[in-house]
Amino acid sequence: MKNPFFRGHYRGMYMAEMAFIHGYEAVGWGGINAGCHHFFGYPITPQNEITEFFARELPKIGGRFVQAESESAVGAMLFGAAAAGVRCMTSTASPGWGLMQEMLSHISWCELPCVVVDCQRGGPGQGTTRHAQTDYLSATRGGGQGGYKSIVLAPSSVQECHDLLQLGFYLADKYRILVVVLTDGILIQIAEPVELKTIDFGPLPPKDWALKGTAKKGGRWDLIHSTRGLILGGYTPIIKELHKKYHQIADLEVRYRTYQADDAELILIAYGYVARCCEGAVDMARAQGFKVGFIQPITLWPFPCEVVSQKASQGCKFLVVEDSMEQMFEDVKLSVEGKAEIHHLGLLSRHLPGEVGMLFPETVFEEVKKLL
Amino acid sequence: MNGEKKAVVKEKVYGPSELKLAFPMPSCPGCGHPLACKAIVEVLEELGIAGKSICVIGVGCAGMGFYMTKMDIAMAAHGPAPALATGIKQALFDDAIVFTVQGDGDCAAIGAGYLVNSAARADQITVFMFNNANYGTTGGQMAPTTLLGQVTTTTPMGRDAKRYGYPLHIPEMLVPIKGVVYSARSAVNSPANFQRTKKYAKTALQKQIDNVGFSFVEVLTACVVNWHMTPVDAMTWMEEKQIAEYPLGEFKNVASID
Repeated sequence: MKNPFFRGHYRGMYMAEMAFIHGYEAVGWGGINAGCHHFFGYPITPQNEITEFFARELPKIGGRFVQAESESAVGAMLFGAAAAGVRCMTSTASPGWGLMQEMLSHISWCELPCVVVDCQRGGPGQGTTRHAQTDYLSATRGGGQGGYKSIVLAPSSVQECHDLLQLGFYLADKYRILVVVLTDGILIQIAEPVELKTIDFGPLPPKDWALKGTAKKGGRWDLIHSTRGLILGGYTPIIKELHKKYHQIADLEVRYRTYQADDAELILIAYGYVARCCEGAVDMARAQGFKVGFIQPITLWPFPCEVVSQKASQGCKFLVVEDSMEQMFEDVKLSVEGKAEIHHLGLLSRHLPGEVGMLFPETVFEEVKKLL
Repeated sequence: MNGEKKAVVKEKVYGPSELKLAFPMPSCPGCGHPLACKAIVEVLEELGIAGKSICVIGVGCAGMGFYMTKMDIAMAAHGPAPALATGIKQALFDDAIVFTVQGDGDCAAIGAGYLVNSAARADQITVFMFNNANYGTTGGQMAPTTLLGQVTTTTPMGRDAKRYGYPLHIPEMLVPIKGVVYSARSAVNSPANFQRTKKYAKTALQKQIDNVGFSFVEVLTACVVNWHMTPVDAMTWMEEKQIAEYPLGEFKNVASID
């Protein structure tokens, strides 16, 4: 199978340095290249290498790494560091993601910018310690209490792990919002050639609201508190502003990639490691003359509803492929608005029933043949 | 009589802190929390660190006084104030004084894990815990610090040790933790104890200024509404019952962690 990620500009267009690294290192260098010098972490499989990366690398560049006592404490430390105006992040896996939700809700309510990487493993509960995509709904719906949104970015290659970390920090600062990088146990553990460079996304507003002590701010004092709806200015005006921001993000920040989609009769939709299987399946199908295309959402929230809706209007069928039961399926269903057939290929189609089972391009191709 | 009036020279010897906003305190009349907040604010001014201090407020009545100050304030969830303070301290690369103000429910129940681990890491922060022997904000339920026999809304027959366990002594509990360099308990039931509170707060914050380690001060405060007492009776109860269970004093004060 050809590697779709070396088809374009990654092959020789730049003279920049390429490194053969793992997904966890790409997350690490992506964070550091974004200027993140503060990492708070807690051990949990399968993301331990990310936490260990920052423990090793941050002291060398004068950054700070703290191993917290729980993911709840990680969330609180992120709140504190983000409130003090620095770029900060953590990485976790599904059970830790669950535990962190309380503080992520407070972070969202106080509009503090930071980045959380969730390396999904199977759930619910302790589930499995390997890859899966079972946190989709909890990440895209605002996993904690109260109804909020986070921008959710989904890499599907080691290069994208590196690049989307940087985009994540930019979007977090631009909108004062929590950004979740939703990856999985496979992308973190595989190694691929990566171009390591700092990406410039443009200027950002100053963080003049940050807590630094009044002396450094000419006597100005700031209150960053989760009781803001309780004490100052009323509750509904804040909700109104917050949702105005969410609508703005939904209008401006949708990102996705298409592959062979122009003349397709069947569109595959997938993210993360499963996106790689689908690209392979598209190549197999095209080689045998089937008109199959692919849409990969890069932002899971905001979801690329418009392109899916357009394709539905053009008469395309859809096959949602995800390493979970029907989760992203719901977003596709909402986007299609009843205009087209939608099929689902999920976790039960793994090649083995145990935790090592995976979705493969061949499995997807077999399903494609049934549908066309 | 001399026709000239004698010039009156006024000198301010005591008054509200410069840091205080012109709003009334949000606490109930007779509450002990504002007094404890006042003691801390006066110490910040005396040490000249108010401008580089950041206060992390826990959830509950305890820290409400700090909303009325011209200070940088952070406040989030119930319990994790020490972890939040650590995040701020790490972000500002120790170039700030960071302290938490928490109630006894916040600090000793839901936040006990955060407190102990922050202490164990020798985080360069100071934790102030105001102990009024109940959950005041939510209407007077039992806290870990509730005295045996004390009636609360969740111990209507009085706290019975067999069913509800025993009062928790946080400053004493922190003593064997190596990262803790200062641990003390005071009260705000008398002018003398108010001065004692200031003295302990000053020592605790000085430890942070000197980057020695984790410092902790518990302050006994009255909750007249949920204790169902007059302010005067509450002072007597604190003197006779609460201080008898929770002795005042410094439990640990070391110059360095060896």
